Amino acid sequence: MTISRRNFLKVAGAAGGVLLAGGAKSARTAQTPQTSSEAVEFNGMLIDTTKCIGCRACEEACNEANKLPKPKVSFSSESVFEGKRETTPDAYVVVNRFPNGKNPDKPVFVRRQCMHCVEPSCASACLCKAMEKMPEGPTVYHKDRCMGCRYCMISCPFDIPKFEFDSASPFVRKCIGCYDRVAKGEQPACAEACPEGATLFGKRRDLIEEARKRMYGNPDRYRQRIYGEHEVGGTGYMYLSAVPFRTIGFRIDLGTKHYPELTSGFLSAVPLVDILWPAVLFGFNYLISDREEERGKESGDEE
Amino acid sequence: MKSNVTPMPIPGMPAAPDTGTLKGFLRFLAQELKPRGKILTPFNVVTGIIILGGIAIIAVRFARGLGAVTNLSQAYPWGIWIGFDVVTGVAFAGGAYILTFAVHILKVKKYEPIVRATVLNGFLAYVFYSGALLLDLGRPWNVVNPIIGNAFGYGSVLFLVAWHFLLYTLVLFVEISPAIADWLKWVKAKRIIQKVTTATIIVGVTLSTLHQAGLGGLFLTAPSKIHPLWYSSNIPVLFFISSMFAGFSMIIIESMFTHRIFSDRLDEAHRASHNKILLGLAKGSASVMAAYLFLKVIDLTHGHQLGLLRTPMGYWYLVEVAGFTLLPLVLYVVAIREQSVRLVQGTAILTAIGVILNRLNISVIAFKWYEAVRYYPSWMEIWVTLAVISMELWVFRWVITRMPILGAPPDFTAEEGTLNNLDNAEVVRWKVSSSWKVSAS
Repeated sequence: MTISRRNFLKVAGAAGGVLLAGGAKSARTAQTPQTSSEAVEFNGMLIDTTKCIGCRACEEACNEANKLPKPKVSFSSESVFEGKRETTPDAYVVVNRFPNGKNPDKPVFVRRQCMHCVEPSCASACLCKAMEKMPEGPTVYHKDRCMGCRYCMISCPFDIPKFEFDSASPFVRKCIGCYDRVAKGEQPACAEACPEGATLFGKRRDLIEEARKRMYGNPDRYRQRIYGEHEVGGTGYMYLSAVPFRTIGFRIDLGTKHYPELTSGFLSAVPLVDILWPAVLFGFNYLISDREEERGKESGDEE
Repeated sequence: MKSNVTPMPIPGMPAAPDTGTLKGFLRFLAQELKPRGKILTPFNVVTGIIILGGIAIIAVRFARGLGAVTNLSQAYPWGIWIGFDVVTGVAFAGGAYILTFAVHILKVKKYEPIVRATVLNGFLAYVFYSGALLLDLGRPWNVVNPIIGNAFGYGSVLFLVAWHFLLYTLVLFVEISPAIADWLKWVKAKRIIQKVTTATIIVGVTLSTLHQAGLGGLFLTAPSKIHPLWYSSNIPVLFFISSMFAGFSMIIIESMFTHRIFSDRLDEAHRASHNKILLGLAKGSASVMAAYLFLKVIDLTHGHQLGLLRTPMGYWYLVEVAGFTLLPLVLYVVAIREQSVRLVQGTAILTAIGVILNRLNISVIAFKWYEAVRYYPSWMEIWVTLAVISMELWVFRWVITRMPILGAPPDFTAEEGTLNNLDNAEVVRWKVSSSWKVSAS
């Protein structure tokens, strides 16, 4: 078979079509952080667990600011500290109590909420952009876009997104960093409510400076580590501690890689396969069709 | 649609329902939809009860939320509706792409008799498992968002999976449509479809490659949650490769049943070549499994995880990899040497169990293996899964007993010969007309 112009154009057209389709997709696969916007600077929070007294004022403020249903146990009750609590669809921030290895009389209180990662895994996992990283820092949730697949829950290294399993029209719920307040220049409700200054809101780089100042200025009081400075590529909400982070409910095996990087290699191979596979397969097909034709001729000659 | 061409009389054709007109088509459809044979068979009664119960459970699920019928929790957002129905089901549908590749691209004619049944199986698997996915979505009415919405999450593996899932289901429909055209005796439609067969199959193989790999790629984002023996940056490749032997083993298992149950639909040529086909599939399966195990060993040694094998999860890993992948590989090799079709069939079942174990391990069992309270499916989750499978079997049986899937497709060349002898003008009019009315009457 000679390669006729028509056949060539057919193959070229098919390959080109795939190239276009694949190229358009790949250009956006590596999600660039939207923090490059010069007008707004990335915000975060510094949580100093050595200052927290477990008063749960942050929980109460969060409950009011987000108009969440009132809990069964009042915010002034200490009974909640008996077990370890996770955030729930109705409680975006929870304070837990841990025994203090250094000073048994003074237990450690650690609040738990969305870490607002610099490059959030949930946002890169979401196939309809219901989770979105805002230039101001918070990772927000667009409820109108969500299809309830819960892949964000699978992907979140901190297990923060929670799902309304008992609703016929369920949403994913998590701390959204009080985005409305932050966009207006106010601080999140929990930071405003903290009576001890254990929760400090501000620009992320200023917070890292502040954390260093505290650690270096008081090396006996602090572990020399800011949890969230490098974990999973950096988080917006960061922690200081007097005791090893492992002992107060933090995972220290998460690595320093941005989570979206875990899939970017695979995703960048997608357009390549989309282009190369059809080209190779069309090639195979022509090659084998030719061979079959020749075989047909040969056997025909023999007869 | 109206046509100015009157249906041409074709000599030598038996009187068939005129599916060329809308009325005739509907009458034909109504006639075909009627059940045939005995209705109250044990199989029908059991699956019928399962389906009815499943529908009731699904109604509760939509009225009161996922929590009412499933054991899903905040710690385990995905259960067997994803881990078994979707992730495992799609692996078993892999036979369609691998077989169409062999027959249409590599031109291995030997497997031609089983292509239609395999493609049908793949198509129904995709339709029913994507259906099962809708049950699991919290807000299924938003499922179109990544397809036609304005919110494209390009950076998501799930976005890729969703698109390839949708497109490949369409491709499978095109691939099975010659059988539908045969059934309706739409000669012209069949000829148009046949022209795009090669291109469709190439697109299908490409989409499948990425779709199968993408299902594994989903779990790349959970390195801290999946047990290190199962987590690997090679998960996409491992899923792709294992979908091949999952597909092979499913074809073998499916043919065991269809040959027993639908033996009257088989033609002689098919029956005669069947043993050769099964042994060939066993060879294909064995070589792919060898490659898969090689990758598994590389993962194990490079990750320095040999020590983990001596933990409870390690023993479980060995059950999957040694007991249900390595052992079937050895058995396949023995079966090929002994030319034993029975051993091939038994091994296919072992292989399939291995694939089920692997998919369930990654998505459910080795997922958050460290949690104090583990997920196990509720009886209602299992019931609905069985109901989905039962529904698929009903549709499969309906199609098999009506369309030329197992036997040779009807020969329309007689008609085509007639067409070629017609006046040129007639042929031109035939070709120009775009109406589906102008099919054989």
